Amino acid sequence: MKYSDEYRDPALARRLVEEIHRTATRPWTVMEICGGHTHAIMRYGLDQLLPPGLELVHGPGCPVCVTPVELIDKAVAIAGRPEVIFTSFGDMLRVPGSRQDLQMARSQGADVRMVYSPLEAVALARQHPEREVVFFAVGFETTAPANAMAVVQAKREGLTNFSELVSQVLVPPAMRVLLASPENRVQGYLAAGHVCTVMGFAEYEAIAAEFRVPIVPVGFEPLDILEGLLLLVRQLEAGEHRVENQYRRSVTREGNLAAQQAMAEVFRVADRKWRGIGMLPQSGLALREAYAAFDAERKFAVQEIEAAEAAQCISGLILQGRKKPHECSAFGRECTPSHPLGATMVSSEGACAAYHKYQRLRATV
Amino acid sequence: MCLAVPGKVVAIFEENGLRMGHIDYAGTVNRACLEYVPEIEVGQYTVVHAGFAISVIDEQEAAQSFAAWRELTEAVHRNGTDLFGNPLPPEEPTE
Ligand code: SF4
Repeated sequence: MKYSDEYRDPALARRLVEEIHRTATRPWTVMEICGGHTHAIMRYGLDQLLPPGLELVHGPGCPVCVTPVELIDKAVAIAGRPEVIFTSFGDMLRVPGSRQDLQMARSQGADVRMVYSPLEAVALARQHPEREVVFFAVGFETTAPANAMAVVQAKREGLTNFSELVSQVLVPPAMRVLLASPENRVQGYLAAGHVCTVMGFAEYEAIAAEFRVPIVPVGFEPLDILEGLLLLVRQLEAGEHRVENQYRRSVTREGNLAAQQAMAEVFRVADRKWRGIGMLPQSGLALREAYAAFDAERKFAVQEIEAAEAAQCISGLILQGRKKPHECSAFGRECTPSHPLGATMVSSEGACAAYHKYQRLRATV
Repeated sequence: MCLAVPGKVVAIFEENGLRMGHIDYAGTVNRACLEYVPEIEVGQYTVVHAGFAISVIDEQEAAQSFAAWRELTEAVHRNGTDLFGNPLPPEEPTE
């Protein structure tokens, strides 16, 4: 497949790995923010090719993992209403809430449907004027433009039976919080290539300067990730802290302006709670007043539910790069992909699921 | 949700007032909304998230990356194996 297979060339990869080994003279800890990168690193065993001192810690960039448990509980409550068709990306169906996940709700009769695009949810609203169609609008800056356009389109078509349960989060505030923590070990970031495709990287320049960390937006193929690591290590060794764009075939400094405009039209920046991490000020998006009619939380006035996490689950520490999945006592025992206790075991982008699938049962560094 | 692979635009059309396209991923064709890539043309490659194309892959930049990497070494293809020649676990079905 063009722009995919050729980025897995083993000979080129080996050469990049050699360059990393040659360049790294000291131990460094870098974080890949995006769960898509965590997954690719495990899938291709890239972590095992690196010099022993170069540690990769896994970041919070998995939309499924950071959607707060209260929101899952609200989704389950809304989905349970007889008039509702509840639509969601497939990944979200098995994320544990306090008592139930969406799949269990479906097995008990709720009309829960998996969609691939929020426009499919809008189409359902068009086809079923007698029903209320709710879309679970989760994700980072990569899904926000899609979820914004769905609302714009519903408004344009005059659909009053479409709404979104919004839990959009933003990457830069989380990057700042991690760097500002006294426990921070992160010395450089591999930034999420598709988030930067949408948002550009001007905002990252301020973070790189303020915290003196190099930041490299990277693509998702093995050669992208290895080159990204090489660029990071070169900067670290030279004491530099710039934003250096590895993913030039997709990312520009300005990003996708049309997508940013639509996001700004529909959403405003808001405080958001991150599962496992807690409330981060100004770290997410909520619908603007002009689009309040499309806000499922208002429409269905779901009660605040006292939400509970599995006691053993340390996914919060894992999402902050402070622990690795194999350090959790439930990993691979009580908690497996078929019986997940925490959200990081559900999504293929979650660190626990990636470790489980690719059998990183012991520390690799 | 973030593991989007590039696909090739094979058709562009309008639907419900939105600019849409058919995107070919090595033989599997899916629909995507093209509102955020108004400049894209049939034959170009794009990355799709949540049913929306978010970028036009810059072929020149891609070629330059490869030119730089190829300077390092000679290309060998060993599909279906990891970087040490071991077989890879099967691909995840994507949502
Ligand atoms: S292995 Fe399961 S219980 Fe442990 S941190 Fe990961 S998701 Fe939570």
